[in-house]
Amino acid sequence: MLTMTCPYCGAVCEETELAPGGEAHLTRHGPGSSDDDFSGYLFDRKNPKGVHFERWRHAFGCGKWFHAARCTVTLEVFGTYSAQVSEPPAEIVAAIRARRPDWQPEEV
Amino acid sequence: MAERLSKGGLLIDRDQPTTFTFNGDALQGYEGDTVASALLANDRMLVGRSFKYHRPRGIMASGAEEPNALLGIGEGARFEPNQRATTTELHDGMVTQSQNHWPSLETDVGALNAWVADKLPVLSAGFYYKTFLFPRVAWKHIYEPFIRKAAGLGKAPVEKDPDSYEHFHWHCDVLIAGGGIAGIAAARKAADEGKRVLLVEQTAHWGGRALVDGDQIDGQSGPEWVAAQIAALEAMPNVTLRTRAMAAGLYDHGYALVYERVSDHRPGLTGAPRHRLWRVRTGQTIVATGAIERPLTFANNDMPGVMLASAARDYATLYGVLPGRKVIVYANNDDAYRTALTLHQDGAKIVAILDIRAQAAGDLPQQAREAGILVRTSTGIAKAIGGKRVDEVQIGTIQGEKMTGREEYLSCDLVCVSGGWSPVVHLWSHCGGKLTWDDTSAMFRPDDSRPPTGSDGQAMTKCVGAANGVLHTTEILPDSMVRAPTEDVLQPHWFTPSRGKYAHGTKHFVDFQNDVTAADVRLAAREGYESVEHTKRYTTLGMATDQGKTSNINGLALLAGALEKQIPEVGTTTFRPPYTPISMGAITGSAKGPLFKAVRQTPMHGWHDANGADWEPVGDWYRPFCYRRAGEDRHAAVNREVVNARRNVGLLDASTLGKIVVKGPDAGKFLDLLYTNMMSTLKQGRCRYGLMCTENGFLFDDGVVVRTGPEEFLCHTTSGGSDRVHAWMEEWLQTEWWDLKVATVNVTDQWAQVAVAGPNARKVLEDAVCDVALDKGAVKFMDYVEGTLAGCPVRIFRISFSGELSYEIATPAGYGMALWDALRVAGEPHGIMPYGTEALHIMRAEKGFIMIGDETDGTVTPQDLGLFFAISKKKTDYIGKRAQERSDLVRTGRKQLVGLMAEDPQMVLPDGAHAVKRRREHVAMTTIGHVTSTYYSPTLGHSIAMGLVENGLSRRSEWIDFSTGLGEFMRAQIVDPVFYDQAGEKQNV
Repeated sequence: MLTMTCPYCGAVCEETELAPGGEAHLTRHGPGSSDDDFSGYLFDRKNPKGVHFERWRHAFGCGKWFHAARCTVTLEVFGTYSAQVSEPPAEIVAAIRARRPDWQPEEV
Repeated sequence: MAERLSKGGLLIDRDQPTTFTFNGDALQGYEGDTVASALLANDRMLVGRSFKYHRPRGIMASGAEEPNALLGIGEGARFEPNQRATTTELHDGMVTQSQNHWPSLETDVGALNAWVADKLPVLSAGFYYKTFLFPRVAWKHIYEPFIRKAAGLGKAPVEKDPDSYEHFHWHCDVLIAGGGIAGIAAARKAADEGKRVLLVEQTAHWGGRALVDGDQIDGQSGPEWVAAQIAALEAMPNVTLRTRAMAAGLYDHGYALVYERVSDHRPGLTGAPRHRLWRVRTGQTIVATGAIERPLTFANNDMPGVMLASAARDYATLYGVLPGRKVIVYANNDDAYRTALTLHQDGAKIVAILDIRAQAAGDLPQQAREAGILVRTSTGIAKAIGGKRVDEVQIGTIQGEKMTGREEYLSCDLVCVSGGWSPVVHLWSHCGGKLTWDDTSAMFRPDDSRPPTGSDGQAMTKCVGAANGVLHTTEILPDSMVRAPTEDVLQPHWFTPSRGKYAHGTKHFVDFQNDVTAADVRLAAREGYESVEHTKRYTTLGMATDQGKTSNINGLALLAGALEKQIPEVGTTTFRPPYTPISMGAITGSAKGPLFKAVRQTPMHGWHDANGADWEPVGDWYRPFCYRRAGEDRHAAVNREVVNARRNVGLLDASTLGKIVVKGPDAGKFLDLLYTNMMSTLKQGRCRYGLMCTENGFLFDDGVVVRTGPEEFLCHTTSGGSDRVHAWMEEWLQTEWWDLKVATVNVTDQWAQVAVAGPNARKVLEDAVCDVALDKGAVKFMDYVEGTLAGCPVRIFRISFSGELSYEIATPAGYGMALWDALRVAGEPHGIMPYGTEALHIMRAEKGFIMIGDETDGTVTPQDLGLFFAISKKKTDYIGKRAQERSDLVRTGRKQLVGLMAEDPQMVLPDGAHAVKRRREHVAMTTIGHVTSTYYSPTLGHSIAMGLVENGLSRRSEWIDFSTGLGEFMRAQIVDPVFYDQAGEKQNV
């Protein structure tokens, strides 16, 4: 039952207060997009064995959505950050690199 | 012959005798006894019959690892099956009984199983997969009832549990599981550093093995040292101590469950829950859970009177009970000699110590010889002999894989066995800690380099003491002066060879509770079940309520031998919480009965309850399905409500429907993206029925949207959907379109809402006194007005789900009952009756209106349902639009909404019945659709139904077959889904 800190209200949340929201920073493809782009948006997910950027909602708390950088293998949480950004901010990348020197953010 | 000693027993209070019963016999014990120690004091070694073979079984251990002594404790509503006698504290008046035998423990017909199994190997490993297969027809009436009767050990209680249970939240810096010397020392250290400490111990006493094994610490005896340390800890404000509290599991990021048996030992204690489940969030966990002794595997090692060596001395020292008078000790290590010395001091005759090893030269064997005890090396037990109690053992010289020498017999009534010790690594393993095999000590121990890690990626757990494979007091307390014997190393011994028919291991028991033998493990290996996880499931080794505490290591060592692999290659199976069984009550806590699920209530809930409402769960609410009058069944009530609403007027509590305010300069733009309709063009004072789809293009919610202001909309949702739709809105606004200037609020609970529907609806509202003109021209169909009605501030929406003239009236929730009452009273002269959800559903189905959850199932688009009027052609984008352009969503052959008329108009098509391409008897049929809504219509006097059928829109008037199960079919014709008032005139009267 993992814990994460909500970057909006500051609470250290237990998993039962949170609702998961899947992979973060997806690009929405709408009308006019190719079948490949659209199906990628609907169904393709990185599903990494390691560092993952994901959306969470503080459902039984302040109600805000936020982003988290988390290791899918060990459940280590590198940090949480605002939902209103399209890519992880520099501090989060630095926090990950401090723990995983070999990790590289993927090309978009 | 087991008996109580005349003195001794650290844990019992000889001034407080207790009486209890076992299988109806009245027996004596003392406060401080466990049921097991008291039974032994009364020479009751035989306590049960084994699971498969119904072999006599006796008490084998002294703690949670006990596999045999499972008893039913208590009576009536407090009866509990499968309780371990070794961990159940005795109290005065306790009623206990043994399990799994008929007609009695001593004479059990089930023993025939063993006789049969001797002749035919029908109960060996894998029998579950190989038996009861044919003939198939015998399954339902012969095999299944037989298996149900034979399955399980204890009887399930049948009365409602009268006790209460609670959950309890706790935060600490350090959680220490285990109150032996390692746990106590760790607690002192952490407490001295100022940390908040929680120290928990599963038994009722502190000290673990230090109370029995005789080592001296800093000049004190074990019990003295323990008492002093506990006293010091109790005085520290940052330390919380709990006995009778077992750390059941360790989970992510330092979440742990501790199971506390608060009042099992003091029944009737008022104001206390029976069990308490601690939900702990800790910074670090220290696992000080000790180690469990392994039995040795030899023929008939399951016989009553064969006991773990440490348990035998536990009974003597802690409870003042001598488990036997003529004692054999059989071991591969020095530690077991402690038992011989203890029992010898307490007056037993030690017939011999049989040591596997060629040499026994350590301190403890020396002490034994000095005490005049016979020690025989390179000796093993070929078989135990006896019936309901061991009488003698046949021994021999072990040479490699063979038992040699002459057949020698030693008379005994107690055989104390020890095959070494296995660290209790469960909590370490629960959350990902890995193990390493220590070949010298023959044990799996925690691998420090691969610990469980927490939120920060750092180690969050460590093991100390015997749980870490450190068995000797000198090493556990390096800072103390310890006087303890040094011990020679053990010799791993996984299978004692035998003679004759016993050589194959069919009577060498490994898992006592599930009756799994060495032969079973070897059979699994031969049949190809080579992974330890497969062997476990194929043989059921380690799957009983003791979860292999005395069998896992012995079993996997045998498997390794059979596969000619090393033990670490075979590995262990997965450790899963809880460590020992916890009660369902503890898991439930207070979430039972009315507290099981929070129920939301509308302001009129009490009125419905008092007026015959038959309740139906809808989302978080209960809504009236119908209101039954005297003499009516549901069917009659529903029919009356429908007929009355269409003839006069009906009243419906619609408060549960979701209401969300969407407000801001970009509100219209936002709703244009959320709905398939164009919402931004909706004029103030008007309503529009809207559809919401997922990005996959499928319809998931619907509702009327109202333009309440220049930058404000009120969105209605389904009753079950308000939270989901609100969360959906916020998801898009917060994670995708965060530049839009929109705010949303879920106001579902703020407004009570009542529907007044029927030809007399307008008259009712006018009679209730409204300050807004309600004539046909003033409030048109799909208009919205605000005003006052019967003194309540109201919003009136002229919308209709029934197809009749209908108004939905919203008032602030506090006015809900007043509005309801006023409408009822005003409606009386007009024939008003309340109607429930079923009448609502029938009326909308008569009009061909869809319902989310009936006509939709997550794979249905608005186009499939023919709802083209609600899909904007002008909008360039809305959620789901791109998906609805996918080839699969525009192809021909998709299931489309149709009406269905059953061939027999008085028969109702079953809900969900599949339409089939062709009737078939035995081969699977091809489905071409299904019934989505189906009712008897009292308005029309016949059944009606809607369904989704392939190419339904182009199949009007076709007859199709529906499979109604069990080879039966119904025919129905595809018709217009609007069965009533096709012109739509009724809503405009």
